Amino acid sequence: MGEAAGVTGAVETGVREDRAAHGGDGGGWDDGPLSRTARVLDGVRAYRLIVAMWIRSTMAYRASFAMTTFGNFVATALDFLTIVLMFSQIDSLGGYSLPEIAFLYGLSSTAFGIADLVVGSMDRLGRRVRDGTLDTLLVRPAPVLAQVAADRFALRRLGRITQGLLVLGYALLALDDVHWTVLKVLLVPVMMVSGGAIFCAVFVGGAAFQFVARDAAEVQSAFTYGGATLLQYPPGLFAQDLVRGVTFVFPLAFVNWLPALYVLGRPYPLDLPEWVAFLPPVVAAGCCALAGLAWRAGLRSYRSTGS
Amino acid sequence: MEPFVESFIELDGVEKVFDVRKKTGFMRSERREVRAVDSISFRVARGEMVGYIGPNGAGKSTTIKMLTGILTPSGGRLRVAGIDPSRERTRLARRIGVVFGQRTTLWWDLPLIDSYRLMHRMYRIPDARYKENLDRCVELLELADLLDVPVRQLSLGQRMRGDIAAALLHDPEVLYLDEPTIGLDVISKARVREFLRDLNTERGTTVLLTTHDLQDIEQLCSRVMVIDHGRLMYDGPLTGLHEVGDSERTLVVDLERELPPIEVPSARVVRVEGPRQWLAFPASESAAPLVARIAAEYPLVDLSVREPDIEAVIAKMYADRTSGSLA
Amino acid sequence: MGSGRLYAAVAAGGFRRYATYRAATLAGVFTNTVFGVILAYTYIALWDERPHLGGYDQSQALTYVWLGQALLMTMCVMGAGFEEELIERIRTGDIAIDLYRPADLQLWWLAQDLGRAMFHLLGRGLIPVAFGAWAFDLTLPTSVLPWLSFLVAVVLGVVVSYGIRFLVSLAAFWLLDGAGIIQMAWLAGVFCSGMVLPLNVFPGVLGEIVRALPWAALIQAPADVLMGEADPVGTYAFQAGWAVALLAAGRAVQAVATRRVVVQGG
Repeated sequence: MGEAAGVTGAVETGVREDRAAHGGDGGGWDDGPLSRTARVLDGVRAYRLIVAMWIRSTMAYRASFAMTTFGNFVATALDFLTIVLMFSQIDSLGGYSLPEIAFLYGLSSTAFGIADLVVGSMDRLGRRVRDGTLDTLLVRPAPVLAQVAADRFALRRLGRITQGLLVLGYALLALDDVHWTVLKVLLVPVMMVSGGAIFCAVFVGGAAFQFVARDAAEVQSAFTYGGATLLQYPPGLFAQDLVRGVTFVFPLAFVNWLPALYVLGRPYPLDLPEWVAFLPPVVAAGCCALAGLAWRAGLRSYRSTGS
Repeated sequence: MEPFVESFIELDGVEKVFDVRKKTGFMRSERREVRAVDSISFRVARGEMVGYIGPNGAGKSTTIKMLTGILTPSGGRLRVAGIDPSRERTRLARRIGVVFGQRTTLWWDLPLIDSYRLMHRMYRIPDARYKENLDRCVELLELADLLDVPVRQLSLGQRMRGDIAAALLHDPEVLYLDEPTIGLDVISKARVREFLRDLNTERGTTVLLTTHDLQDIEQLCSRVMVIDHGRLMYDGPLTGLHEVGDSERTLVVDLERELPPIEVPSARVVRVEGPRQWLAFPASESAAPLVARIAAEYPLVDLSVREPDIEAVIAKMYADRTSGSLA
Repeated sequence: MGSGRLYAAVAAGGFRRYATYRAATLAGVFTNTVFGVILAYTYIALWDERPHLGGYDQSQALTYVWLGQALLMTMCVMGAGFEEELIERIRTGDIAIDLYRPADLQLWWLAQDLGRAMFHLLGRGLIPVAFGAWAFDLTLPTSVLPWLSFLVAVVLGVVVSYGIRFLVSLAAFWLLDGAGIIQMAWLAGVFCSGMVLPLNVFPGVLGEIVRALPWAALIQAPADVLMGEADPVGTYAFQAGWAVALLAAGRAVQAVATRRVVVQGG
């Protein structure tokens, strides 16, 4: 149980951010601030309990866990392997060196990995709605969001986080052109956590979408996996419209692009003031709040129309 | 009219309307309103064991879903223990237990005991209470050998017993069962019924049972509600139901040889096939004197009694009735 | 020719079955298009650095991207398709029913898969390529012959892909948990088929190995045929060779597995 507590402790920080904004189920009338906090705490507690159960169950088969985690590691490292292969033929991509791209990649991959670990199972919601098994969650004294997020918690997803961190580590060691300030150093972990929160919001939003469009779950992967892939590369590669869209409409640019380019001392393709690079936590909170609203609307709609 | 008493379960004019879209062409579809529950009112007092029956699509499951907070009603007033399930779902969830016949509330891939451990914590059951309840359920439902088995490897009967235990670990005040004996073999059905009977008489747990199986009702419930097309057709004792529905049981008689239709008062022959004849007689009457008459006057080889199926009872009731319900 | 008609019917059934998933298909087309866009811009930057990388010019590279996205589902590069179903049927023992059918098991599933592949080619292939042609500067042939050659290569590619997946399904049968094998096949599929990077770009020995593997027949081969970068006949020989080898291996494993199933009774 100690092992499980350690992991869930580490995971909790990521959870608290999005819980604070959107814990609980839809349609409740207990609106006072006290009961909202109570609902959030309820959600966190339920999440921890369910996750602890899955972790315990996973660890009962150590060998299988090790293999699947390694498999996850290799599968996710594939993207970086592709970049390495590219660099076997070229020296810079869009004017960026391999360490610089690795920096972007490491941040994107780690942030996505965190979200994938914490709430990645949410993309199964569509299936649950179709099966009718969502009802069994509604009967329990815990917020539905927490239960869905914790469902089938896959510890093997640590593999993706690990490879992301390794690539980031390589980048930090290999980068030689960066003038490191205290602000820049602090920005790195902030990026990972806020980036993780933003991706969590995308997952939750995608799940909310599945209440309405059950068969179209794949649209979500365009935004989650597509988004993560997009962010591995420098923004300069892409058309201005795409960059604008990802900065102002669907703010994935705040996961790593904006803050990372500030760290690298590189200009951003759009004309934006420098302090924008410090907005990720704010954007993350906003995204989580929106995702929470979307979730509540989706759940309310489900409870009105059934399955 | 009964004096106003605050009951445990209260439904007043509860409605549930669905918007159903049907595809009528390539890109066209038409919308239709389906009143799954059409202004239902009833009261259930603490400790009652009530049957809730009706044909498929009558609105049974929809009612249960509204009672448990899964669905929000379109209209009317619904309270369980004074709580509105659609508004305070989690607060109510601690006090209710639900068993879905066709889906499990347990975690599919994990051993049974893991689900129970999780419920222990999730429902905040005090340790001593949890242990006591678990031991009781394990003993009465014979789960001892199954605790370490993953739920997906359990047979239907075993899983059902596991589900019932899961629903009771936290001492719920009311237990909802949605088709609990569906697909079970005779022995499992008997076990489950016995368990439920004891639960109600010893612990005073309110039980609301929806089922397709009239036998479940006959063996367990003193009161039965019949729902059809979303409306409450009948609410009262089971015997009354047979009277109201004029339902008939069937006596299947195997004679030694082919004979003209048997003639006995209070029964009529509905079908003849060779030496076998089907006789219909009122369900409220005992079969014994009829059997004795036939055995005395005809060369009887074998016979069996068929119960009226619920669809026939309801259909007959619906055809006879023009409005409202009997209280 | 009775069996011919039978298999044609099975193929038609496969086509129809997948055609019912309208929303899912549209969602898939959207996802394919998004990934196509991301890859396209990446390749633009790549080919800006090395204008003749892998023997392609930039326009051909972009064409490759969109062909890859179009063929992704057709070739079931990431697995999916019939595998899970077949694995389930083996595990539950239902496979015994299939073996009693008056049709060859391997060919039966192949016919069904071809039907599915044709649907995916049309349903998920046309729109991404059309979008790619509109949004980017592609090199698509204007005469009919290259397209016909392309179609032949696609069909052969589907058979090769089927052969791989059939073996993977049977392999999963031997192991307790099929997920590991499926994941490895997914990895190999994505990497070795040229989905992430054209195989012609892979450097040195790695490149040579990867171009000889069966996965090269899935995306790289048809794309090169369409763009006129490879000799059709040679490509067909390569594809057919792997197809035959994989199907034969599949039959051999199937025979062993069948004996096991019959003996164990599922």
